[in-house]
Amino acid sequence: MSSAEFYSLTVNGVEHQVADAWIGESLLYVLRERLGLPGAKGACEQGECGSCTVFVNGESVCSCLVMAASAVNCEIATVEGLNSDGTLTDVQEAFITEGAVQCGFCTPGLVMAVHHLLDQNHSPSELEVKEALSGNICRCTGYGRIFAAVDAVIASRNGVES
Amino acid sequence: MPVLLPTSLSEATQMLSDTPGATLLAGGTDLMVEVNFNHRKPNDVIALRHVPELSQWSLNKVAGTVFIGSAVPYKHMESGELAQLVPALAQAARTVGSPQIRAAGSIGGNLGTCSPAGDSLPVLSALDAIVHLASVNTTRDVPVSDFMVGPKRNSREQNEIILGVTLPIRNGRQGYAKVGVRNAMVISVASACFALQDGSPRIALGSVGPTVLRCPHAEQFLSQNLAADGSVSDDVAKEFGRLVSQESKPIDDHRSTAVYRRHAVGVLAQRLVQRGVQS
Repeated sequence: MSSAEFYSLTVNGVEHQVADAWIGESLLYVLRERLGLPGAKGACEQGECGSCTVFVNGESVCSCLVMAASAVNCEIATVEGLNSDGTLTDVQEAFITEGAVQCGFCTPGLVMAVHHLLDQNHSPSELEVKEALSGNICRCTGYGRIFAAVDAVIASRNGVES
Repeated sequence: MPVLLPTSLSEATQMLSDTPGATLLAGGTDLMVEVNFNHRKPNDVIALRHVPELSQWSLNKVAGTVFIGSAVPYKHMESGELAQLVPALAQAARTVGSPQIRAAGSIGGNLGTCSPAGDSLPVLSALDAIVHLASVNTTRDVPVSDFMVGPKRNSREQNEIILGVTLPIRNGRQGYAKVGVRNAMVISVASACFALQDGSPRIALGSVGPTVLRCPHAEQFLSQNLAADGSVSDDVAKEFGRLVSQESKPIDDHRSTAVYRRHAVGVLAQRLVQRGVQS
């Protein structure tokens, strides 16, 4: 087994040094266990559940399927970095007010997926929302409250009273 | 040894030549699952993320073909110009995993892994794609039918990188369909791509054989029974589906049964051949 020795990752605009890591460690593992950023959650470890969703160079991806040492020279963004001052984003606020959070495990991944969708598409159709969130599994809510939260954000951003 | 991060194709092929047996990493959606579950412990990894030659696609209008780099993610095939040029590929791309997977996964990964369930592979087979392989100072072109040699086996040499594929742009109707247990995040139980290219019908099947299969008898039957306008009667479509079922070679496994797969792939073929007419 070879060591990836030493590399640095840029996460939420901050450069982090990773030392003595094994070459095969996933970005999810490195974020959580080496960099102290536990926002991305680990569940399936095979890209099925979306709870580890982060952005790599602006693309929404499963961090469990990114080899961390291959993500040098990339801009990595996690749920911790959505608002740099530590306040909640409109998506996070809407998840709370609409009751889209129950156990909360899927929430960081879903929040990232919703931000990614709404950054690209300001007024997605119902089908586009469902497709955009199809890679994020929630076993509590039945998704109804999550779609309600997305609708609330869309309405609010488009200046419509919800 | 760190992960090697070449920034050009020539650098990547040189690194592979200098590091025999190195693991090539594209989107990671297959490899990292194996690594996470301790099924594979790579020692030397060459990550292809920063190799621009692999991340581009281009249209050759004179030849009527499109080249797609091996690391172009599926999300770029789902819509836009590529989707107009090769609609069956767009349909296949849209069935891959989830948006997160489609932002990372690529044709190079499907070919490298060479699972019979790879969603893009029936499209490559039906359209007789050419696979381009690069090694130091040289390239090699292989018909996709010769590239896919068995379950998770291909004819890539250890010193070769999959550069990309060349496909004909559509000049007839084409479509892709897949059966799985749910609509998103699913590995296919059976899949099929139908294309009418240069007037000749082609059908390729996924997940119903050791590798992707073409159906020469069904294709021959259909070419003799196409109406002058290219349409297909209900009876012909039904017989076409029956012949496709007959030519499939499915097995029982954890995902489905051979009996169901044989039936399902015939239904897919029957629907595809008529769906094309209506569009």
